[in-house]
Amino acid sequence: MQPHSADFPARAADALTDPELRRALTKFKTGFPVNRARAVANLPEFEALRDAAKAVKDHTLSHLDHYLEAFEARVRDSGGHVHWARDAAEARSIILRLATERDARLIAKGKSMVSEEIGLNAALEAAGIKAVETDLGEYILQIRGEVPSHIVAPALHLSKEQVAADFRRTHTHLPPDRPLDQPTDLLAEARGELRDVFLNADIGITGANFLVAETGSTIIVTNEGNGDLTQTLPRCHIVLTGIEKVVPTLADATLMLRLLARSATGQEITAYTTFSTGPRRADDADGPREFHVVLLDNGRSALLGTEMQEVLRCIRCGACMNHCPVYHAVGGHAYGWVYPGPIGAALDPALIGVKEARHLPNASTFCGKCESVCPVKIPLPKIMHRWREVEFEKRLSPPSVRQGLWAWGLFAKRPRLYRLITSIAMRVMGLMGKEGSFKSLPLAGGWTDTRDFPAPQGRTFQSMYKDRRHG
Amino acid sequence: MPPANPPKVGLLVTCLVDLFRPSVGFAAVTLLERAGCQVTVPSQSCCGQPAWNNGDRATTEALARTMIQAFEGCDYVVAPSGSCSGMLHKHYPELFRDDPAWAARATALADRTWELTRFLTDIMGLDTAIPGFAGTVTYHDSCSGLREMGVKDQPRRLLASLPGVELTEMPGADVCCGFGGTFCVKYPDISTHMVTEKVEAIVATGADTLLAGDLGCLMNMAGRLSRLGHDIDVRHVAEVLAGDPDTAPIGRAEG
Repeated sequence: MQPHSADFPARAADALTDPELRRALTKFKTGFPVNRARAVANLPEFEALRDAAKAVKDHTLSHLDHYLEAFEARVRDSGGHVHWARDAAEARSIILRLATERDARLIAKGKSMVSEEIGLNAALEAAGIKAVETDLGEYILQIRGEVPSHIVAPALHLSKEQVAADFRRTHTHLPPDRPLDQPTDLLAEARGELRDVFLNADIGITGANFLVAETGSTIIVTNEGNGDLTQTLPRCHIVLTGIEKVVPTLADATLMLRLLARSATGQEITAYTTFSTGPRRADDADGPREFHVVLLDNGRSALLGTEMQEVLRCIRCGACMNHCPVYHAVGGHAYGWVYPGPIGAALDPALIGVKEARHLPNASTFCGKCESVCPVKIPLPKIMHRWREVEFEKRLSPPSVRQGLWAWGLFAKRPRLYRLITSIAMRVMGLMGKEGSFKSLPLAGGWTDTRDFPAPQGRTFQSMYKDRRHG
Repeated sequence: MPPANPPKVGLLVTCLVDLFRPSVGFAAVTLLERAGCQVTVPSQSCCGQPAWNNGDRATTEALARTMIQAFEGCDYVVAPSGSCSGMLHKHYPELFRDDPAWAARATALADRTWELTRFLTDIMGLDTAIPGFAGTVTYHDSCSGLREMGVKDQPRRLLASLPGVELTEMPGADVCCGFGGTFCVKYPDISTHMVTEKVEAIVATGADTLLAGDLGCLMNMAGRLSRLGHDIDVRHVAEVLAGDPDTAPIGRAEG
């Protein structure tokens, strides 16, 4: 997917004035967080599970080569194939090759953020292969020509009325007067449309929530069962996933699963949790005849051993965006790339470059709510802060910021000079602000366009305290 | 148990308090002295947070060194701010992690650094504030105080000790007000949206005074309340706890 993160301010401004989006986000911000709080309250050991999960991921990331190779060996043992992709282009070409070798015409897709990351659908389409998203939210977005605005609830920015209109517009073979008022109507209609896709697809492509080194299994969780149908009905199943998804054992995977749904939607567990281990065996009732796993790096391994490695602990639950006041204000599309919200702000600069993504780590108040709800305790503000340092080191921050900091630093580093200058400045400003606040101030339009600026009391504390002590 | 001998407390004034609202600094001195502390105010400028937040490590380090030196002789460093105390407590050790000598000094300082209301209650055992202020108040939990410095019930406990003060909680008291240091001027649209939602929650409580423990957040919320024409006083919680009813609220003219 082409990044548009450099346009963050304009996209955010649009989002703030979009009435449909405002309605959707207002509803959203009280939904998942309330459910999560309830689920967490019902599980006394939740905090201990977070610590355990963090430890598992840290251990795995410290030995990632070992666990990935073990995973690869187990996949081979079970009759599957593992493909290593250094970047998005390589991942696309591997999948295109697999598809063309199998003369695939139709591909069913379970929800996969990594496939958005590599722009897979567009590449398949260009090669004359039709790919159909089977997650309801993603199916709706595909009809609309949009991308997900959330990693768990991809179409949260839409209302059911918008979706009904889209279905009437595109499903023209259905009776025009059919009722589409209820979410269940929409679900039933999409299910009917997708049934043919599941049955006729040549290949099923899914993501993976976790990879298990011990068994060579891939795990996917869904609430709609579309993941199961995508990976069991077509003759070939391709799992497209990032290298950071591996955990050592099945026990580790179940630990992660206990945290994932609770953190994401507040469910104890999702409706479907599906483990895939190799292709169909001789006495299996169903399953694909071929099983491929594409392991994508795309900038991830460059984070290993750096202070930003912790971002790779992410299990893609979306809790950070569910609780982020900035995400609540602007929604996911403003971030301009696949992973929005705090995790996007921490991860995207690594994947699409600091220059393109530089707004994302800056557009945070460092309020810390994201870190407080992250199931694997990723220090998201700390990582965003580190990206701001990289931006500053690379001289990508705006000249006004750099010059302002330089000028301020000049005298802030000299406390006596600082006290002298500020005491004069505050006296002047205090005299000018006799009304108590300023309606406008030179160079402070960012503030005074929408807020009054409180005037100083007139003298600085340090000068008054000195007088009082000596007086 | 409060310390036996009067501990020497260095007041980290914070640049916003120093420049814009010295009355908060004097309220902090009053409260600390009443709790039995010997207060000193070392020569200082700023903890370096503006530079830190914008990724300027060199300037931050230079400022942090002067602050570490300035406060080295104090038993405790206390700030009427979760954000500035958080800078010393949480970020200074990170800042010098590759410089063992300074890292040790930064960590020693971090371990002695506290936010005012938490220091008064949890360390000095203060359980009653100074009467003098009366009214219905609502309290905003500033993010850094809440999540970096563990400040939640301490200011509320002290407020509860004041007979004339009634606290009405707002929903989402712990949701960011949209200040975020330079965030509010770098992304003014988003910041305005956030502070507008905060203002709606404040107004809905019916309280006549908004309190918080960080001047940045207070100036942001006061500025938006004032622009939207809401007649709600905004004060730093230290002023109320120190029984100061006379200083004009933030953004209002004296007298």
